Amino acid sequence: MSEREPGFATLAIHAGAQPDPTTGARATPIYQTTSFVFDDVNHAASLFGLQSFGNIYTRITNPTNAVLEERVAALEGGTAALAVASGHAAQHLVFHTLLTPGDEFVASRKLYGGSINQFTHSFKSYGWNVAWADPDDISSFERAITPKTKAIFIESIANPGGVVTDVAAISAIAKKAGVPLIVDNTLATPYLWNPIKDGADIVVHSATKFLGGHGNSIGGVIVDAGTFDWMATDRYPFLSKPRPEYSGMVLAETFGNFAFAIACRVLGLRDLGPALSPFNAFLILTGIETLALRMAKHSENAQKVAEYLVAHPKVAWVSYPGLSGDRYHALAGKYLPKGAGAVFTFGLKGGYEAGVGLVSNVELFSHLANIGDTRSLIIHPASTTHRQLSDEAKTIAGAGPDVVRLSIGIEDAADIIADLDQALAKV
Amino acid sequence: MNHDRYDDAFIRSVLEGVSTIAIVGASANAARPSYFVMKYLAERGYRVFPVNPGQAGKEVAGLTFYGTLKDIPEPIDMVDVFRAPEHVPAVLDEVLALVPLPKVIWMQLGVRNDEAATRAEAAGMQVVMNRCPKIEYGRLSGEIGWTGVNSRTISARRPKLLGGGVQRLSISRGPQGQK
Repeated sequence: MSEREPGFATLAIHAGAQPDPTTGARATPIYQTTSFVFDDVNHAASLFGLQSFGNIYTRITNPTNAVLEERVAALEGGTAALAVASGHAAQHLVFHTLLTPGDEFVASRKLYGGSINQFTHSFKSYGWNVAWADPDDISSFERAITPKTKAIFIESIANPGGVVTDVAAISAIAKKAGVPLIVDNTLATPYLWNPIKDGADIVVHSATKFLGGHGNSIGGVIVDAGTFDWMATDRYPFLSKPRPEYSGMVLAETFGNFAFAIACRVLGLRDLGPALSPFNAFLILTGIETLALRMAKHSENAQKVAEYLVAHPKVAWVSYPGLSGDRYHALAGKYLPKGAGAVFTFGLKGGYEAGVGLVSNVELFSHLANIGDTRSLIIHPASTTHRQLSDEAKTIAGAGPDVVRLSIGIEDAADIIADLDQALAKV
Repeated sequence: MNHDRYDDAFIRSVLEGVSTIAIVGASANAARPSYFVMKYLAERGYRVFPVNPGQAGKEVAGLTFYGTLKDIPEPIDMVDVFRAPEHVPAVLDEVLALVPLPKVIWMQLGVRNDEAATRAEAAGMQVVMNRCPKIEYGRLSGEIGWTGVNSRTISARRPKLLGGGVQRLSISRGPQGQK
């Protein structure tokens, strides 16, 4: 099939997964093993020297994980990928590969709260300093760049509020500054949006969410777009300088347009260790096989629920880019023609008490702190994840007392709406 | 022939159709890309002859270096060129002087010289430019996916083990259902 380009749904099922060469197994086997025997001493030497493709130890490579890696790389249009233990581990390895102590990076201030924590506190202790910019004011990215800036980080659709980021505009700023653009594509998934087409150099995922899609496995993926010229500068020594770990090898020279994924693996994953369990990789892979069907249904359901809520007398506002009056509707038209995703927030006129009342009275929605499940999920951030903050701080974080976040599942839309309807009647 | 893109079927036929490969510009340094390619192709069953005047007579990884192409004592099917594009015409002159004439001249990733390609094709040779035979072999066998690299190929046919161990695949695929 090489002479024509397979479509998305075909890649979601086949990319990376040829039948098992030794057993003929058609589904990807779970290679639940720590280690792999060498063919002989020469083979071992080739593997340790990165001269041959192959498996040594599951912390570095595993055949089940490799299928997941190649599949996500194919779906995103990247050259290679690396699967790791979580979305947070993916971000850790990306920045470890790019930054040294004292370096800076620019990040959108509209991010998943866990990423804001990771950048603000944990990364700070490595000497990696974040400068925040506002995706609603593109020029703020340009202003945040200094001679120490090594990367820009954004989310394509930002959690939790249904913010659509102008990826192409920020990519132009990154290119002008000569730094790679990292895009977290977790909420959109490659079905709704391929940020590499809009200039992303690196894509990261929490595979825990829509890729796996069934709320059963934590995992993360780093995708190398193969677009950044690491040899053009000496600012990324992991890629452009001889590595003492590998007898002086220059990774960008040896591995060309997939060197970033290799560097994250052989320098980051090898030494920092957040390997993905092959069992989790198997479950995430199985989820990805139905990604096209699920994302279409997630988006279709979310559109219906958003339209229902915006017309409800107890609802103050709805932030969903699929709604015609939404501030991100035009960007959604440009970047998300297949649907605006399934995670969004809305506000209740009854404030804090109404929020607590809603999550206490839903029956079908699960009250929990995750997104991207087949099941519909609900959370009232002010009484849970953002409980410790002052009211003012809650509002700045998009978690004001009236805010409710939904992750719409793939149940029947009528049942999802009926559940919200009966619960809203009680608040 | 169009050298901006190659069908997988063409690359597969090139790599299946050769058994002896000379690598011009091969390095004896184990950290260099040309060393990787020479060792990998040798491990995949090709008979590899590294060519580098500075290393003539030296034996590295079980392979003997030759000073020039014409010093290689047997017929060469393919010449893989690890030299900058401006040096390709001189290499091609040496290739065209070989008897018998090699079937393929392959210029490495980053190396392209269209004028030389036209001359080689006029002499009846097949030409591949700006590609790496290790990457192409790894893509077409599926081995490259073991490192998370996008092979840009999909197949429901069972890959064949190459032999000599379990972590080596052939680029050939039998018909559906073949043992």
